[in-house]
Amino acid sequence: MSFLGTVREIREAFRRGDRRASDICEEALTAIEAQEPSLHAFNTVARDRALERARALDRERSRWADHPLAAVPVALKDNLSVRGMRTTASSRILEQYVPPFTATAVERLEAAGAIIVGKTNCDEFAMGSSTENSAFGPTRNPWALDRIPGGSSGGSAAAVAARMVPLALGSDTGGSIRQPAALCGIVGLKPSYGRVSRYGLLAYASSLDQIGPFARTVEEAAIALGVIAGADLKDSTSSREPVPDYAAALIERPAMCIGVPWKLLDEGIEPEVASAFRGALEVLRGSGVTIVDIELPHAAVAIPTYYLVATAEASANLARYDGVRFGYRSPFGGSTDLAGMYAQTRAQGFGAEVKRRIVLGTYVLSAGYYDAYYLKAQQVRTLIRRDYERAFARVDVVATPTSPTAAFKLGERSSDPLQMYLADVFTVSANLAGLPAVSVPCGFTTDRLPIGLHLTGRPFDETMVLAVAHHYEGQTTWARQAPPAAA
Amino acid sequence: MPVAFTRADVEAVARLANIELTEEEVRVFTRQLADILEYARQLQEIDTTGVAPTASVLGSTGADRADEVVPSLDRREALANAPDGHLDTGLFRVPRVIG
Repeated sequence: MSFLGTVREIREAFRRGDRRASDICEEALTAIEAQEPSLHAFNTVARDRALERARALDRERSRWADHPLAAVPVALKDNLSVRGMRTTASSRILEQYVPPFTATAVERLEAAGAIIVGKTNCDEFAMGSSTENSAFGPTRNPWALDRIPGGSSGGSAAAVAARMVPLALGSDTGGSIRQPAALCGIVGLKPSYGRVSRYGLLAYASSLDQIGPFARTVEEAAIALGVIAGADLKDSTSSREPVPDYAAALIERPAMCIGVPWKLLDEGIEPEVASAFRGALEVLRGSGVTIVDIELPHAAVAIPTYYLVATAEASANLARYDGVRFGYRSPFGGSTDLAGMYAQTRAQGFGAEVKRRIVLGTYVLSAGYYDAYYLKAQQVRTLIRRDYERAFARVDVVATPTSPTAAFKLGERSSDPLQMYLADVFTVSANLAGLPAVSVPCGFTTDRLPIGLHLTGRPFDETMVLAVAHHYEGQTTWARQAPPAAA
Repeated sequence: MPVAFTRADVEAVARLANIELTEEEVRVFTRQLADILEYARQLQEIDTTGVAPTASVLGSTGADRADEVVPSLDRREALANAPDGHLDTGLFRVPRVIG
């Protein structure tokens, strides 16, 4: 099996002229080809486009040599638009959709020298925690092929964990970057709300969605964030906050104080996950980091709050898929009027979880229930934000496990949506409060399933979150371990 | 306080959302959504008197552009993904709306 190397190794080799971008790209494509039959991480592999791009980089090596992602192969979650490249969100309704524009985050990757190799599998419209809700079949976990990779960005996480690519982008609405990163044993970062432009991201829940990177190490994630972050006139929710040099800031070692909401961790966590989490805290304490007990009283109700807010927004965002301007249209059959066409198009084009969330979201927004559900959830959202504001007056980051369990088996939870939703218990709060959060590997179960440490920071303080994660990573060897599929 | 979630609720909401559900979907969704809403009931126990709702966490630093006319999506490209798009007239065709 080829070993592509890290982002830094790849760009240095390209800069020095030791490796051509075309060879690096071929290596990634070969690794994808070899493992794709067992993993199904990709919906589309853009082989020709990637090689053409690599040859262009080789032709103008001096021009690209000093770019931060020069010659680095990158995979994109299939809800990020790329002009001319099929973008499906893993839905039947967009199976043949080819966007006429490119997402800003993707434009920035390419402007930094990256080679886009393809689009990765995910839960349909990013709705799910296992990648089983894809219309094109599930992705499998590189550490155990009978298990899920997490979700919804499961294909991106699996592709990076299996060494198909060193870097991938995902989107995170309630944990969809961090949870699969944890379950696949890699680093996943959800930036602050507004940090990265969402222009060209297929919208799920607009007050929560954020684009972020997957990588094997914190440094690589920091490099990628530096490339994609920053204001964009095509997304009015993108922030004008200055973008620091995240990768350079990793070498600084600020005095760190970590808060742990112990009360929240009382129940529902697998013993091996709890034990790995306590072990990670011991490592941090042993290296001089202060650890204190904090309270996040409303985090316990973050799951219902999240599922009311997210489904309400989804029901509005997904109204656009109606068989008129793009995407699938039902053949008319017995019905010939417009309303019938809408209803059948959506019945045939959407999978079960998407329909379930649209129905729930429509219900909580409907007359008579709005105040009891949606407004109430938005008020509790305010209380969750205030909990964090209080905590961050005392501590720099908040630590929990990323997921209460390691990767579960395919099919284990797919018949019980509520059980599936509980997988997001430690990740949804960061979305509700708009905070940056990272998952970094912190151990394995006895079955060799990866476990993640979750660190949440102040708004736009990605620097601190990444610094703590990098500091922890430096004390451990987790990041250097490869799954059997890529060994 | 919301009352129990019923089969009729699912059917009414599916109509509002323009999704035709099968008998089986109505049956399963009624049970699953009732479970989820029952779980969400714990929010009712939280005192939110006088608490302003959060619709967005966005501060005042959003990147609004100047209100100026700029080139937009080309008509050919806008129609390229349509199931029944007509470049000659520049229209999306849909089934009859008025009988």
